[in-house]
Amino acid sequence: MVELIWLVPALPLLGFFLLLLIGHKVGEPGSGWIATIAAGGSFLATLAVFVGLLGRDGHAGDRSYEFILFEWLPAGSLKVEAGFLVDPLSITMALFVTGVGSLIHLYSIGYMHGDPKFSKFFLYLNLFLFSMLMLVFGNNLVVTFLGWEGVGACSYFLISFWHQRESAARAGKKAFVTNRVGDWGFMIATFAIWSALGTVTYTEISNSPAMSAATGTAVSLLLFVAAAGKSAQLPLYVWLPDAMEGPTPVSAMVHAATMVTSGVYLLVRMNSVLTDDALLVIAVVGAATALFAALCAVAQHDIKKVLAYSTVSQLGYMFLAIGSGAYVAAIFHVITHAFFKALLFLGSGSVIHGMHDEQDMRKMGALRAVMPITAGTFIVGWLAIAGVPPFAGFWSKDEILLAAWEQKNIGPLLWFVGLVTALLTAYYMSRQVILVFFGKQNWEEDVHPHESSWTMTTPLCLLAGAAVVGGAINLPLVKDWLVLEHFLEPIFHHPHHFSSGTATKIALAVISVVAGLIGISIAILSWLTRRIPTDRLEPEFLENAMYVDATYARVVGGTGTSAFQKTADFDSSVVDGSVNGLGRLIMKFGQLIQPTQSGYMRNYAIGIAVGALAIIALLAWGLLL
Amino acid sequence: MMQLLTAQSVASFPVLNALIIVPVVGALVVVLLPNSRPELMRPVGAIFAAIAGAFSLYVMAEFSVQDPGFQLQSIQSWIPSLGINWHVGVDGISLWLVVLTGLITPIVLIAVDPHHDPKPYTAWLLLLQAGSFGAFLALDLFLFFVMFEIVLVPMYMLIGGWGYDDRRYAATKFFLYTMAGSALMLVAIISVATLSSGGQDITFNVIELAQRQALSTNTARLCFLAFVLAFVIKVPVVPVHTWLPDAHTQAPTAGSVVLAAVMLKLGTYGLLRFGLYLFPEASVWAAPTLATLGVIGVIYGAIVATMQKDLKRLVAYSSVAHMGFIVLGIFAFTTQSLEGGVLQMINHGLSTGALFLMVGMLYERRKTRAISELSGIQSAAPIFAGFFTVAMLSSIGVPGLNGFVGEFLVLIGSYETRRWWTVIAATGVILAALYLLWAYQRVFHGEPTADDEKTADLSLKEGLVLTPFLVGIVFLGVYPKPLLERIEPAVNNLISHLEDHSDYVQPDPGAPVVVERDHGSKDDH
Repeated sequence: MVELIWLVPALPLLGFFLLLLIGHKVGEPGSGWIATIAAGGSFLATLAVFVGLLGRDGHAGDRSYEFILFEWLPAGSLKVEAGFLVDPLSITMALFVTGVGSLIHLYSIGYMHGDPKFSKFFLYLNLFLFSMLMLVFGNNLVVTFLGWEGVGACSYFLISFWHQRESAARAGKKAFVTNRVGDWGFMIATFAIWSALGTVTYTEISNSPAMSAATGTAVSLLLFVAAAGKSAQLPLYVWLPDAMEGPTPVSAMVHAATMVTSGVYLLVRMNSVLTDDALLVIAVVGAATALFAALCAVAQHDIKKVLAYSTVSQLGYMFLAIGSGAYVAAIFHVITHAFFKALLFLGSGSVIHGMHDEQDMRKMGALRAVMPITAGTFIVGWLAIAGVPPFAGFWSKDEILLAAWEQKNIGPLLWFVGLVTALLTAYYMSRQVILVFFGKQNWEEDVHPHESSWTMTTPLCLLAGAAVVGGAINLPLVKDWLVLEHFLEPIFHHPHHFSSGTATKIALAVISVVAGLIGISIAILSWLTRRIPTDRLEPEFLENAMYVDATYARVVGGTGTSAFQKTADFDSSVVDGSVNGLGRLIMKFGQLIQPTQSGYMRNYAIGIAVGALAIIALLAWGLLL
Repeated sequence: MMQLLTAQSVASFPVLNALIIVPVVGALVVVLLPNSRPELMRPVGAIFAAIAGAFSLYVMAEFSVQDPGFQLQSIQSWIPSLGINWHVGVDGISLWLVVLTGLITPIVLIAVDPHHDPKPYTAWLLLLQAGSFGAFLALDLFLFFVMFEIVLVPMYMLIGGWGYDDRRYAATKFFLYTMAGSALMLVAIISVATLSSGGQDITFNVIELAQRQALSTNTARLCFLAFVLAFVIKVPVVPVHTWLPDAHTQAPTAGSVVLAAVMLKLGTYGLLRFGLYLFPEASVWAAPTLATLGVIGVIYGAIVATMQKDLKRLVAYSSVAHMGFIVLGIFAFTTQSLEGGVLQMINHGLSTGALFLMVGMLYERRKTRAISELSGIQSAAPIFAGFFTVAMLSSIGVPGLNGFVGEFLVLIGSYETRRWWTVIAATGVILAALYLLWAYQRVFHGEPTADDEKTADLSLKEGLVLTPFLVGIVFLGVYPKPLLERIEPAVNNLISHLEDHSDYVQPDPGAPVVVERDHGSKDDH
């Protein structure tokens, strides 16, 4: 059944074209259902391919299937095919991308109700899903890049979906341009790989001999630049908090569950070329991002901004895992994070919807009574991200912390940073849950918050279920239960194995659970029971995200703009000025000698006579010598 | 004329001659039409331009995919005493430029209303088409020079006659600047022909001259520089680019479209056909400098584009940046970079041509091109905004659309021979997103003002005019193979020619690289 792979991206593409042609005629809610059916069909097709792949022998290396559509860019010895690679990694990604994606499509039918551009929204969603699947299934770097840029373009469309709003338009542009910095890294990495190995196809790259150490590290770091752009790592994360300008389902799907994990996918896919030096850099940047963003999340007031910084922070965890060599842990966390973060975002959307577009948590409170389903599912998401066992987040985060501990250069330090981040995560998420759903009511009586419709609550319940049991795909309790690890193993060059003994593992797990509980306790003491004064818990420095973004804006808006303006002035005054100057010079010279053409016969006669004499003199002089 | 049409040639029907003659006949017919029927001028002109376009498609159909040489050649003696012939032919490098010229002219004639004097307007556009065909097809240096110069006249007339406020200045600047460039080329053409004779008959035959390679190294380099000067002005390469923003901005929409889509390509085409082919050794010698100028164009053009206040001027500067990629690709000398360069000539014609058309449509509605005076157009005209977005994304180089294919091939090919140039040039993709998206944000996003609110969406006719561009943009982005496989043999032929006549050898990607031994490190054992 793996041959059905073409159907997986084809269905959302078909949905896109349908909506392009008839979307405005079908309108609401029909166009939403077209898109949702396309996404759901894509999920079913993925399941079919998955079953087909499972039917093949994993140990014999049969679980890698290439499907070539046509030659895309044939040029000399460069062969770039439009082709798909179905293997454990891509099918794992595709399963949660289409699964979570379908739920978010369904949710959007309720959320976008009444929007004048209803059908256009779904058109973009389907195009996004298609691009994401190209990214995941591409059998070479260039097709992945097609998806990579495609999701970037769709992200741009969706962030600036309400483009009459200045802030939304600006955020969309910022996301695209910042991502392009990463794309530059992607392109140069592709060129360097082709130059060194003579191929851009994944299966051939992983079978090639290793590149020289310098090239390998350069390529690894360039790929990480690409990943840092798409997956919002330091120093390129700045676009993601702003991306919350988009409708909330977009934040859930594009900016939490799927697109932003592309960077993780790319590095895992390219694991055979990553060098140890580069891995150390990746681990450090990942840990730093995790801590930085968690600190920023502590002081946010906007319900979505908390989740945005939280996403950046959790992505940092995933890169910490990659840097520590634990690729499976990274993918594991990608999946569990997709469940609980999509859940949290959709929950926040349900709150915003019910509160009539209010996003400030200070104006919420005590919503659990009026929005029981939203509150209940949100609490499940909260327990999962806070690392409370046995919810999904606990298992994957625990694996990452263990891997960081075992990192061979600076393991304990990385682990400690990860642990502090875990404490902070538990704290800021508890703060959010308390501010929104508990405590006293901070909204006016005339707001009338209400529970959302079934199209919105159904995805919430399903995702909550996944956030509870999602950890089951890779339980470390018994070796045979590491389903994900065994499934993914064939794609790794150096499969990662934990070396710590059981006692260490349990000790680390206990410490991280305790850290989470401390974070939750502090939040309860300060925000619920008000035993700890809260007036100094939201420092301005953190609320403004340590002024990183503001500094960028000053540099780009100040120095950058003025340098560009000076270049433009140079072009018009110096470069073009000298051209016009030359023209004027010639005209001046013409005017200067113009009087000689006076029209008076006697002047010409004198001129002829003098000229003739000069020539004769010259000739005579020549003869004499 | 009859003699030309019945001339002996490889093909049974001398279609290449017909390409040049049909628009000329069309221009004559238009001139003879009665002045009392102004509404007839453009339709009649469009019919002739479309017949020429149909012939260009016939050329495409007749073109043999695997043949690296010149096809459908036709030779007719012109000035026998000097060895000058009417000699035309097409290969993989010129084929698509011919098709582009064939298709763009009728579209432009249908699309853009000159508002006054339709007769000379139509006639000049047809002559422009004829001259462009001639320049792309000429295999005789003298014929090429004539055609290369002839196209200046119609463009000068179009800018000066139908342009905007500063049209006189722009037209004069355009004419003098490009003339100054080609003056030295004429000297070089005569030098190459006479100095290459070496006892044999004098010839202006490009194929013959390329095979002879009879000039001394220094003479060849000097002649090469004279040719290059003419071409880099035409491209244009920084710092001889400043005629372009003025010409583009002041030209009527039709002039801008043809200028961008066809005429700029005369420069890059010239560099390939007469630079690399006639002077392989000199090309290799000058490559680092010219590649550097190309990269400077990419970055500099983008930076200056970012700060433009006039939307049309912004698109004009984006052309400088895009053409810089092509120049880099040409002087990187690899199969991919040259194929990418040739393809990018077509891509740029489609995306920038479409952008110029749409800026013109916007001007027709709002009577302004100032970015600061426009806002929220997407709310008022969503379909127009959608068309603009596709052309913009193509220009930015988003994969799946044509712009990416050319840019990617240029860069991946150039990385082989000009690594650091490529690393810098690739930052141009960041800048391209910056200047186009920023402009888009200001013009299309935001709240529409009272004037913007009334902006009409695309009419059916405008939609039909733009559709071929959009179809091309998507098709070439998804399936460029039909073009690439016809370009490749000619490009490889040119590279072998370079290798035969210089010390250049095309590197082989993936071949084991000799790594310099690192004495300092002990870990490498």
